[in-house]
Amino acid sequence: MEIFGTWLAAFFTLGIISFLYRDNAWYKLCESIFVGISAGYWFVTLFWDNIHGLFWERITERHDYWLLIGASLGLMMLLRLIPPIGWISRWPLSFVVGATAGLYIINYFASNVMVQVENTLMPLFSAKFGDPLFSASPYSIVGNIVVAAGTFTGLVYFFFSKEHKGAFGGMAKIGIWTIMITFGASFGYTVMSRMSLLIGRMDFIFGDWLGLIR
Amino acid sequence: MRREIPLLITAIVGIFFVLQYFIPHPPFNRLNGWFSDWFSIIGACAIWLGALNLIRISADKIYRKRSDWGFSVVIILSFLLIVVIGFKEGRDFRNPGSGFDWLYNFIYTPLSATMFALLAFFVASASYRAFRARNLEASLLLVAAFLVMLGRVPVGDAIGVSLGLPETNISKVAVWIMNTINTAGQRAILIGIALGVVSTSLRIILGIERSYLGSE
Repeated sequence: MEIFGTWLAAFFTLGIISFLYRDNAWYKLCESIFVGISAGYWFVTLFWDNIHGLFWERITERHDYWLLIGASLGLMMLLRLIPPIGWISRWPLSFVVGATAGLYIINYFASNVMVQVENTLMPLFSAKFGDPLFSASPYSIVGNIVVAAGTFTGLVYFFFSKEHKGAFGGMAKIGIWTIMITFGASFGYTVMSRMSLLIGRMDFIFGDWLGLIR
Repeated sequence: MRREIPLLITAIVGIFFVLQYFIPHPPFNRLNGWFSDWFSIIGACAIWLGALNLIRISADKIYRKRSDWGFSVVIILSFLLIVVIGFKEGRDFRNPGSGFDWLYNFIYTPLSATMFALLAFFVASASYRAFRARNLEASLLLVAAFLVMLGRVPVGDAIGVSLGLPETNISKVAVWIMNTINTAGQRAILIGIALGVVSTSLRIILGIERSYLGSE
């Protein structure tokens, strides 16, 4: 079964890679299997973890009947499949939207504003707060200045309520330079992560399947 | 009824989740647990809805004999295969050696990994067409991407050595870019996004933003 699985995995790997030549039936077959298997994977996983594990076991074993409200809302979500009464699915949707909005107001502000600002305002000539003055290395000093200035000018660039002219415009200009370098670095990082995935697949083809590399 | 009740639910649940952060005592902490469980159950049903909708669309394509309808048959069969095996194996469906685990290891993993690996080629071809050093901003993006990519492979440092630069120089530059300028830019973007999320969330809770309810 293991050997058959390896051959099957090689068949699918090559089928997906065949798209580099052009769109073809082999690729479409692999793509369709991927779509079906992915949907089925989540269908089963969420059934056993959430519907059975979270809802059914707790209802039958711990008599946690409050979960029936959640299950009712979940069923309402599925009513979207019946067009005449599909509008009922807005109720659970509004629950999810409301809960997400309520959580994000606090959590996003705490983690993405407060924590980020706190981490940006670092001591200039010390490695961290409480350390003696001038204890930081020149590398760290320059790094702290670049991070603080880059964050501030980046925010200035995103501030569109004032025209980008004069000193403000100059800061916005430095901000867009920072953001362009960020985009470039993120792009390079993404490309390399995709490359490592590709290397993994090539390692499988030439190592596990063909046995050419050990 | 079709719009008022959803708006009311959104407002009540949204205000509750804000309050429970500031009042971590009964009944708010208890309700928080219930709401989180409901959220998980609804989330599972939403994924089910997506999967069932996929099957419905595929079945419709087969029924109407639309072009490439044969691939819709493959979608339904592969969906049924993993679902039947997953349900048959019960609660321990993920155990090593199970049929579900075999499907995951030999079909799902190679397909998903190769699908994402394929993006490397498309990203490379798109960047070849889009990356033109037309002005200073575009040049900065190009140089940063080039240095980060070069700094993450051994050949990058080898090029540095051949140019007479000290060993690991390019990888150090790449690390410095990632840790300082990239951090600064990411922080500016994160703070901007967070402020946008907070204001949008407030608009949703107050019922000003209603686009999620659809047009009817």
